[in-house]
Formats: sequence, structure tokens, C-alpha cells
Amino acid sequence: METTMDLLREGDCARILSLRLRGAMRRRLLDFGMIEGTCVRCLRISPSGDPVIYRVRGTMLALRRQDSSRIAVEVEPCR
Amino acid sequence: MPLIALAGNPNVGKSTLFNALTGMNQHTGNWPGKTVELAQGHCRYKGAEYQIVDLPGAYSLVSRSPEETVAEEFLIDGTADCTIAVCDATCLERSLILALQVMELTERVVVCVNLMDEAERAGIRVDGAALERQLGVPVVAACALQENGTDALMERVREVCDGFLPLQPHRCGCGIRGKNDEASDAIAARFVLRAQELAAQCVRREESGQTPLTERLDRVLLHRFSGYGVMLLLLLGVFWLTIEGANYPSIGLQWCFDRLGDLLRSGAVSLGLPVPLTGALLDGVYATAARVVAVMLPPMAIFFPLFTLLEDFGYLPRVAFLMDHRFRRAGACGKQSLTLCMGLGCNAAGVTGCRIIDSRRERLIAVLTNAFVPCNGRFPALIFLISLSFSHGSALLGAGVLTLCLLLSVGMTLAASKLLSRTALRGEPSSFVLEMPPYRRPRIGQVLVRSVRDRTLFVLGRAVAVAAPAGLVIWLLANLAPRGTPLLQSAAAFLDAPGSVLGMNGAILLAFILGSPANELVLPVLMMILTSGSLFAAESTAAMSRILLTAGWTWRESLCTIVFFLFHWPCTTTLLTAYRETKSKKWTLLAAVLPTAFGCVLCAAVNLILHLFP
Repeated sequence: METTMDLLREGDCARILSLRLRGAMRRRLLDFGMIEGTCVRCLRISPSGDPVIYRVRGTMLALRRQDSSRIAVEVEPCR
Repeated sequence: MPLIALAGNPNVGKSTLFNALTGMNQHTGNWPGKTVELAQGHCRYKGAEYQIVDLPGAYSLVSRSPEETVAEEFLIDGTADCTIAVCDATCLERSLILALQVMELTERVVVCVNLMDEAERAGIRVDGAALERQLGVPVVAACALQENGTDALMERVREVCDGFLPLQPHRCGCGIRGKNDEASDAIAARFVLRAQELAAQCVRREESGQTPLTERLDRVLLHRFSGYGVMLLLLLGVFWLTIEGANYPSIGLQWCFDRLGDLLRSGAVSLGLPVPLTGALLDGVYATAARVVAVMLPPMAIFFPLFTLLEDFGYLPRVAFLMDHRFRRAGACGKQSLTLCMGLGCNAAGVTGCRIIDSRRERLIAVLTNAFVPCNGRFPALIFLISLSFSHGSALLGAGVLTLCLLLSVGMTLAASKLLSRTALRGEPSSFVLEMPPYRRPRIGQVLVRSVRDRTLFVLGRAVAVAAPAGLVIWLLANLAPRGTPLLQSAAAFLDAPGSVLGMNGAILLAFILGSPANELVLPVLMMILTSGSLFAAESTAAMSRILLTAGWTWRESLCTIVFFLFHWPCTTTLLTAYRETKSKKWTLLAAVLPTAFGCVLCAAVNLILHLFP
């Protein structure tokens, strides 16, 4: 199922399809290894609903929804 | 002397490795042509001296900020004879991305896979030999905290520096950036995929079926309901330990200073020194320095290490995570919580820490509002005023009131940030990524040693360098009376009108002004003004309370003074740091005016309300 990263629920796993971001934020995400095909897992949504912690390549990253809503992902079963 | 550079992501134990290699022989220094100060030290291995430079932690060498430029320049220039690329064994894949970039810029690389013990506990096995074959450069497994593997590391570094080790780094030869954005993206993706491939070949994970400790702790610490509760309780606990714990060394120090003061006085009398000289030295210099050390130092010496322990544990990024939505609504960056926390230790350090914020607009907001949180130098004075008028000696109640003060500080920080992002620094909140490090057992011994060494000696140094001369100046002001009234009294009388509008008096306002070099001076200076610099009072908090109560001090004055302590101009060190960071007189001025304006308005409002409803 194709969706955006901000719509994942706690515990969901997904694969990144594309980054619809430009400039510094795009570079930042690439530095963290978030490229097409990268598997992410939604770990924890903050009490206020934003930001959200994801597990990416063995590390935990918090992203604001304004950014994660521009990352297209395909939901996958967790491995 | 061979020069060795340390490169790595933040939080991979790079500083620990640096400390393990250099021991106590380290200092920070500027490098020619580089804008950022770098930590450097010396290391002796097999009879040879090595100079070691700790490059700023970065996620990438494709630089955006001045700090990252330094790392890139260092590697391209060939300044370093050998570069140690520090990797984290618990997330090798991510840290290899940077190591591959390092190898692209220089071939004299040794890869150090750090945190091996932590990885083993998490069931992660790293095959160093396989990694070495794949990378073509030496790979050393280490655990810098236990100083395991540092000798093996230095052995390989020595071989690289001597040039006897054939180095054939397997690199793509494509550089680290392309001609345009698309090409750069493609290169970045190549490094990521290569790191993924290497990790797949060299890392084995044993699934224990158990949720990692960090995730289990986060369930409580970041929980919808308990998250904020735990945050407040931790804050309250730190304050309580600070107040309760500071009593004992305070009493001991006071006893010592009393005895020393008596000795000095009788010594001065037996030497037949002239009275004005004895007065200037004992009542001016000695009394001020002794008050700073006896009353101000103990809480600072307890609060600072406690807070560093929380930082070491990995809790502070969680605060930023929990608080982010508030900062977003204020148009600021979530990382501002981190700089705010650093400000609790020292506002100057907090202002420097604002470098972690990428957007210039949000960085300026964080710099301008950092002094809204009370620094370590202000806590002892706040604790004293709270216990004088509100908590009546109960440490727990005192901690509660202090927590309320801090909440007020955070609230005002948000209000000021919002004000700035609506006016002088208009703009939308920008993007950011915040890494949540795994929780780590705090290095208690190391934290204690560093706090005592860095902070306590720093405060003692300031007591001598700033408090002692200030004591002399104030004693002179208190005793020079050109027109019959001592200068200090005339100045205090002159400031009485603005002081009373703010619910304080001229003496307090004068103390704030004279205490500008360092906040820990304000209270000792106030004592000096109230006693006209003539009374050689004991340095204890009890004696200070007596002085204030004799001067007709009420809880209303305490309240307004507390508010003004929270919000007034930052100390000169912080302002100089703000100038260094912003390179602008305008913003530096605003960094002083903004908290002062908030303080004046709040104090006047409190005073007005207290007058309307007596």
C-alpha cells in the first residue's frame, strides 16, 4: 500500500519510494542514509502527535510531520 | 610531530576515544584559516609524540555549516598524517557512510569500530577482518570507554604515519559531491548503498527476541501521560539534590573562610597595616571572593554534574522530542530545547551550542533567547532567595518553587521566540532531523572528574579573576565619599526610583549592574552595598539572610528580585559569545535588551498587582 511516511502508525514498517523534498533537508536525509528502497519503522509518536521517531538503518530519528509527509513510502510487513 | 585527525558522527564515542588517547593533555585551539575552535591533545606511543585533533562530529562531509567545512578542509588539505574514522558498532551501517566519505578524500585512514561492548550486549557481532578486506584500510575494534583497543589502534596509526603499510582504500573515485544537485544525490546514494552492502557482509545480528532496553525505557519516558511527569520529576529531583546537598559543603566552607578571615585580620593587625588597606583587602577583595566561593560554588558544583549525568544518559534529546510542538508553534527549532538545556549549565555554552541549529533564523532566535533560562551562576542566588522568603528551609518545597521558576523561564523563552518569529526574525519553522541516541549508562566517574576539573576550577578561577577585583572596586565605591555620601550610596539612591517601580530598590538594581561580569556576583555585591562594605560579616547564607532582613527585606522584594534574576541582561561572557556567534552588534544588543525588557515588564506588573491587592 502506497502512502506517506507521516501516516504510518506505531509499529508499522515501510520502504521509501521517493523523497519529495529539496535543498538542505533532502541532503540531511541522504546523510542519514534515507534513500529510495530504505526500510523504516515507525517507533513512537510524540504525545502531541508530532514529531515521530522512526528506526532507520539501526538508528532512531525524529522527524516533523511537515517533512515526513513529503516522503512517499510503501507499507511492508516487518522483518 | 605526526598529526592525527579524529572524524565521526556525533555520539559514536569520538570524544571518549579522544580522551582515552590524550588523557589530560588537551586544550582547544584555533587553527590557521579555520573558523572553529578544535579540541587538540598529545599522545605518546612507543616513544613518539602524536598530535591529535578532534574534528567536529558530523553526519556528512558534504558541508553546509562552518563546523563541517573544517572537517572537509582538514582532509582535503592533507593536513593530517592519518585520519581515524570512528564508527559505532551498534549502527555500523550508518557510520560507515561517513567513513567511506573520509576514504574518498584521503587514503591514510584507519577505521576504528568503537562501542564494541555495547554492540555485543545488543547481540551484534562485527567481523573486523572481513571489513578490513572490503575497505582496504586497517580496521581496529575498540571500546574507548574501557580503553580497550586503543593500543592496537595506535599501532596501526603508527604504521600508517610511518608509511610502511601499503594502503589501497577501495574507493569509487567519484569524490564526495557532484557538479549539480542531482549528481551529488547520486553520489550520496552510492555511499549509502555501499555501506549497506558492507554491513550486510560484516555484521551479524543475533535476535534475542527481547525489545531493546532503549525502546522499553522510551515507553515510559516518552509516554503520552508519564513522559511529561517524569520530565518534571527529574527536574525536581535534580533541584532537590542540589539544594539539600549544597548545605553541607556550604557550612564547611563557611567555617574555613571564617577561620582564615580571623587569621588574616589578626595578621594584618600585628603587621600594623593601615586601616584603609586592611579594609580594601579583607572587607572588599576577600569577603566578596569568599562569598562567591562559599555560597555560590556548592550548588553549582552539585547541579552541574547531575545535569551532565542526564546528558550522558541520553535524556536531553528526549526533552527536545517532547517539547518540539511548543517550539514549532513559536516558529522555532525543536533543537532549541537542547540549547536551552545547555544554557542551564552556562548561557555562554548554550549560545555556542546554538550551532547545532541549521537554519540561520532559528539559530538567531535560540541565541537571543538563551539567557531566558537561569544559568548555573544564577541558581544559587535563586535558591537563597526562595529559601529566605518562600520555602523556609524545606529543600523539597524549595525545589518545587525553583521548578516553577524554570517553567516560567521556558514559557517566556517560547513567548520571546514567538515574538521574534513574528517581528524581527519572521519566517516559518524549518525542517530538522533529531537523532535519538540509545540510552547509555552514564560515566559517573568521568562526569565527576570533568565537572570538578572544568566547572569548579572555572568558578574558582572566576572568583579570583572577577569577584576579587569587583570586591575591590565596590569597597572603594562604598568608602570614597567626595561629597560626604559614599559613591555606592549615592548610586543606590539614584537608582531607587527605577528600582521601586520594578518592586525592588536601588541597592538591588545597582547590584545587578555591578554584577554584570558574572551572575554569581550579584548577591555578594548586594551584601556589600547593604553593609556599606564596612561590616566584616560571616559568609554563610544565615548571615546573608540576617543582613537582608535587617535592611527591611520582604517577600515582595524577593519575588521581584527572583523574576529579575530570571530575566535581565546576560553576563558579559555570554554577550561576548553572542557577538562572536552572530558577528553583529545589532543582534548582540538585542540579546541584552530582550530579556531585560521582559524582566522589567514582568517585575513592574508583579509590583503593580502587589500594590493593587495588598
